[in-house]
Amino acid sequence: MIEYRNVSVIRGGNAILDRVSLRIERGERVAFLGRSGAGKTTALRVINGLLAPSAGEIAVDGAPVATHELPQLRRRIGYVMQQPALFPHRTVFDNVATVPRLLEWPAEKTRAEAERLLAQLDLPLATFGARFPRMLSGGQQQRVAIARALIAAPEIVLCDEPFSALDPIIRAEMQSLFRDATRDRAATTLVFVTHDVREALRIAARVIVFEAGRIVVDTPADAFMNHPHPLVRRFVEA
Amino acid sequence: MSDLARLTGEHLLIVTIAVAIAIAAGVPLGTFAHRRRRLGGLALRITDVVQTIPSPAMFGFLIPLPFLGGIGPRPAIVALVLYSLLPIVRSTLVGLERVDPHVREAATAMGMTDRQLLWNIELPLATPAIVAGIRIATVTAIGVATIAAAIGGGGLGTLIFRGVAMVDTKLILQGAVPAALLAIAADAVLTQVEHYFAKRRGES
Repeated sequence: MIEYRNVSVIRGGNAILDRVSLRIERGERVAFLGRSGAGKTTALRVINGLLAPSAGEIAVDGAPVATHELPQLRRRIGYVMQQPALFPHRTVFDNVATVPRLLEWPAEKTRAEAERLLAQLDLPLATFGARFPRMLSGGQQQRVAIARALIAAPEIVLCDEPFSALDPIIRAEMQSLFRDATRDRAATTLVFVTHDVREALRIAARVIVFEAGRIVVDTPADAFMNHPHPLVRRFVEA
Repeated sequence: MSDLARLTGEHLLIVTIAVAIAIAAGVPLGTFAHRRRRLGGLALRITDVVQTIPSPAMFGFLIPLPFLGGIGPRPAIVALVLYSLLPIVRSTLVGLERVDPHVREAATAMGMTDRQLLWNIELPLATPAIVAGIRIATVTAIGVATIAAAIGGGGLGTLIFRGVAMVDTKLILQGAVPAALLAIAADAVLTQVEHYFAKRRGES
């Protein structure tokens, strides 16, 4: 469970996030939709403590993020961003094994999970495990980043426009792969930042629209297309 | 010939000891400079100033100092350490600054502690730059070490100074040519090491 209580983030006198209150239940699949600068990325980054709120409080599992041991908390939260940001000096396998190693999993368990997950993402471990990130295409790198975020069965998965840098065909493919890889995880809460309506509706069950640091629409995904809010209309018609 | 071999050995020994000490001090200093910008900037300026002291003057300053100074190999090593420090501190700092901020953010978001981030990600990625600094430090130290003979530091400079005193060009060259060859060889070997690490971190 993620709870925002009047969360504001102020940078250089501007409220990037303006007194946001929001509750996301365990297992929900939520999209943060908005134009660039609307505050959706900031809203994401306060969850794993990459940013601290200027005012208000954000709680994960009932306890404020500020009171968690951040490294421990972050090992339970998967994070994928627009750039794959793989560790360039580590192989695909070692990249994927990052969190299991931090959690001191037995090596066989790490290997078995990596194998299962990479197969699901169409990057068989036997073929790709020993390769270095520079040997992969952008789409392949992003799939490794997804595997790296999902491998330890995190309770929360945060995605910040993970497919925006990919070309449209690969993008649609990645959306389906991602949906399949996360679908069978009923206990995993997903928060997915995007500016793409179709992507939001494909992946999420609940859509939250940000504008100027505030939440302007919060609706089930299947009611989104008919939502009367003018910003929604503009998104739908675009 | 055995004289030449002994002096070459001495030369290599004082350079190796000095560069080893400079690495042991310089890499942590560079890391610290990266974490604490203001103090780091100060440390960098001090090593900068040290670097501008001409080497004969440096040896002169060291002679009256107790313990570290005086005459012999010890003050020679101290001087070489001081000269080697700047390139190593600076290259460590530059190497750490060049780490992609997204990579750093990914490591943090995965749940690495600051220490894990440093050892698992930042230092390995900075290694090619650090090796480049070590290479520059070593080549400089091999050159400066020839002057260390002036304060009894030993090494190939002994032949050069003896040759100058005796106006014996052959003797000067017996010291100067091996010293130059050492510098060239060290440069070539460490360039290879640098390429090896650059390749491993995925640059080429």
